[in-house]
Amino acid sequence: MSFRNIAQIAGSAMTAQSVRLNTIASNLANADTAAASEAQAYHARKPVFAAVFEKADSAGRVAGARVQVLDVVQSAEPLRRVHDPDNPLANEEGVVFYPNVNPVAEMTDMMSASRAFETNVEVLSRVNSMQQSLLRMGDE
Amino acid sequence: MAIHFDKVLALNSHALQLRAERTKVLASNLANESTPGYQARDFDFAASLRQALGEEMLAGAPLSELGGAAPDLLYRVPNHRSQDGNTVELGVEQAAFAQNAADFQVALTFTQMKLRGLAKAIEG
Repeated sequence: MSFRNIAQIAGSAMTAQSVRLNTIASNLANADTAAASEAQAYHARKPVFAAVFEKADSAGRVAGARVQVLDVVQSAEPLRRVHDPDNPLANEEGVVFYPNVNPVAEMTDMMSASRAFETNVEVLSRVNSMQQSLLRMGDE
Repeated sequence: MAIHFDKVLALNSHALQLRAERTKVLASNLANESTPGYQARDFDFAASLRQALGEEMLAGAPLSELGGAAPDLLYRVPNHRSQDGNTVELGVEQAAFAQNAADFQVALTFTQMKLRGLAKAIEG
């Protein structure tokens, strides 16, 4: 039986979704972090997921697919340029750079990530109860 | 008249094992719900069971594993296309997963009923 593999698959998805939640938290926390130049400004981060396929073996098992976080990339969207000469970080033109974080998009992404996490928790608990009842087979 | 346990329980054990394999496939789909380009997989339970039982009868393969060949994994046809090429639809997969878990319980219950019947035949 392949219940152990299912736990690994669901576990990998939970890890990937918590990386996603992590980047969202960091994006939202830094949504209003000002910087003096484009290079210093915070750029929104996003994880890149990829499927890792298991090898199908000869014992009649099918191949599952885990999730892997390939990389965390920085968004290439333009930064917000704000004219604010009173800001101590303003450059000689009086411009301050704010991150390219879109709080609305981050919030919806956060809901999607936490729902995906919960789905995998549900998978784990269902698989657990299936395994328990399989172990009790033969009892009255 | 002898009772051959492996013959009596062949259908039940294959059904349970295929249900467990299908759980893994559906769990993979749910795990890759947000992986770009991932294509949801599934297999035809009835055809796979027929195939496993057919091979069993021909080759007399051991019962603990399916008769050699894994079920043929097919691709799910999505109801809607998505921009990142991912064909996992959460509702569809959740429904299939729940149905499969319930069917697993059904197969388990049938196995238990059969075992109880055998025990009754032995005890008299």
